Amino acid sequence: MIRRRTILTGGAGLLLAGCDRVIQQPTARKILFAGEDMQKGLQRALMDRGALAPEYRRDQMSPIFRTNGTRNPGTPEYAALAANRFQDWRLTVGGLVGKPLSLSLRQIGEFPARRQITRHDCVEGWSAIGEWMGPMLGNILKAADISTRARYVVFTCADLYGGQPYYESIDLIDAFHPQTILAWGMNGRMLDIGHGAPLRLRVERQLGYKHAKYLMRIDAVQSLDNIGLGKGGYWEDHVDYDWYAGI
Amino acid sequence: MEAGTPTEPERAPEAPGAVIPRHGWVTRIWHWVNAVAVLILLGSGLGISNAHPRLYWGRYGANFDHAWASLPHFPAWLTIPARYNLAISRRWHLFFALVLGFGLLAYMIGGLVTRHFQRDLRIRGRELRPAAIWADFRRHLVFRFHDERDPRRYNLFQKLSYVAVLFVALPLAILTGIALSPGMNAAWPWVLELLGGRQSARSIHFITATLLALFTIVHLVLVILAGPLNEMRSMITGRWRVPE
Repeated sequence: MIRRRTILTGGAGLLLAGCDRVIQQPTARKILFAGEDMQKGLQRALMDRGALAPEYRRDQMSPIFRTNGTRNPGTPEYAALAANRFQDWRLTVGGLVGKPLSLSLRQIGEFPARRQITRHDCVEGWSAIGEWMGPMLGNILKAADISTRARYVVFTCADLYGGQPYYESIDLIDAFHPQTILAWGMNGRMLDIGHGAPLRLRVERQLGYKHAKYLMRIDAVQSLDNIGLGKGGYWEDHVDYDWYAGI
Repeated sequence: MEAGTPTEPERAPEAPGAVIPRHGWVTRIWHWVNAVAVLILLGSGLGISNAHPRLYWGRYGANFDHAWASLPHFPAWLTIPARYNLAISRRWHLFFALVLGFGLLAYMIGGLVTRHFQRDLRIRGRELRPAAIWADFRRHLVFRFHDERDPRRYNLFQKLSYVAVLFVALPLAILTGIALSPGMNAAWPWVLELLGGRQSARSIHFITATLLALFTIVHLVLVILAGPLNEMRSMITGRWRVPE
C-alpha cells in the first residue's frame, strides 16, 4: 500500500521537480516560451484593434497609488533636470521618422491631452486605479512623420539598471491605440518623481512594466534585434518577462 | 463510447472479477492531459502567488489597501520553478492555461458528441432520493464505491464531484484567469463586470484553484482506496476489473 501511495503522490512531486529540469532543455524552453506568441495571437484575434481598456469613475480610484520599480533615477543628470522643474528636459523623437523632434514639456503640453482613469496592473498581481493626462502617442509620432518602415516604438528612460538606461518597446498597434498616451499629469497634478516625472508611457492593455517612466527618447524602429539584448525591453532581456504583456 | 450505462440496469450486472470496458478514449486522453495541466498550473500558480501574497475584493488592491487574506509564502517543493522566478512561473502558467482551456473545450465537445456526459454524468431523480443518498454514503464509509447491482455506473458523489469540477470549477478557473488579462479586459469587458473587478477575479481564481487542489487530493486518496492499479489501468487502457 505504501509503495502504491508513493507511486501516485510521488508522481505528482516528480512532475513538479521535473519541470525545472525540462526547462533547461533549449527545445522545451522554446516551446514553453512560444506560449507568449499564442497568447498574443489569440488576444489580437479576439480584440478589436481599437478596443478600449476599461475606464473608471473618480470615486473608483485607489486612495493611494503605490510606486514601483525605480522611485527616483538618482543620476546627477536627472537630479539637475528635476531641480529645474524639468524646464531643460527634452523628449527626443527619432529613428525612422521624417521629422526628428526635440520637445520641451511645454511643447508636449500643447498637444491635445487625453484624460483617462484606468487600472494599472502589476505583473506581481496588484492593481491600482489612477487618472492620467497627456497627449496620444500616435499624435506625436504623426507630428514626427513616422516612416511606413517602422514596426516598433522604443522608449529610452532616464533611470539606469545595471548601468544601462531602462528601455521598453511596443508595436504600432499599441502605439496608435487611443489610450496609449505620454502622461505628464496624474490624479489632477503634474506627474511626480515616484511615478515617472516628467513624462511616462501609458499602454493600458498591457501590464505595468511596459509603462516606461522617466522618458528621454522615443525611437521608431524596424526591428528590436540590435537594441539592448534584442528582446525589446530591460525585463525581457534580463529576466525572461514576456515582451507581449497583455496577460 | 463503450462505457455506457443504460437508463435502467436491464441486463445482468457484471460479475465481480470480470474485466469490462470502463473509460472511453476521449475521457482517457483528456484525463491525462488535464492532470498534467492542473498540476503545473497549481505549482506555477503558487509561484506567482509568492510575488504578491495578498488577496483583495473589488477593482483595485495593492499594499495600502485592505486585504481579506494574506497568504503564506509557498515553499520551494510546491512551486514551479522551485526557486522563486516570477517570469518562469508565468511562462509555465500561461502556456498550460491554453492546454487546460482548449483541452476542456475539446473534451466538452467530445463528451457531448460521444454522449458520455448524457449517459454517465447525468444525475437521475432516483439517485437524489434520501434513501439512495444514505445508501451511497454508507457504501463510501466501508470503502465500497460501486453499486454491486450496476458496478459500471458512477456513484452519486462521484457524479456530483465530476460535474462540479467539469462544469463549475474548471470553467470558473478559466474565466477568472481571463479576467486577469488587461488585454482580454479590453476585448471582453463583460467578464470583468461579471466577476466584480480584477482583484475580485484574482481572489476567486485563487479560491477555485484551492478547491481544485482539494478535489485532486481527495481523488487520489479514493483511487488508492479503490485499488490504485485497477483504477490506473482503467484510465490508461480503458479496461477495469469489477471489484470482488
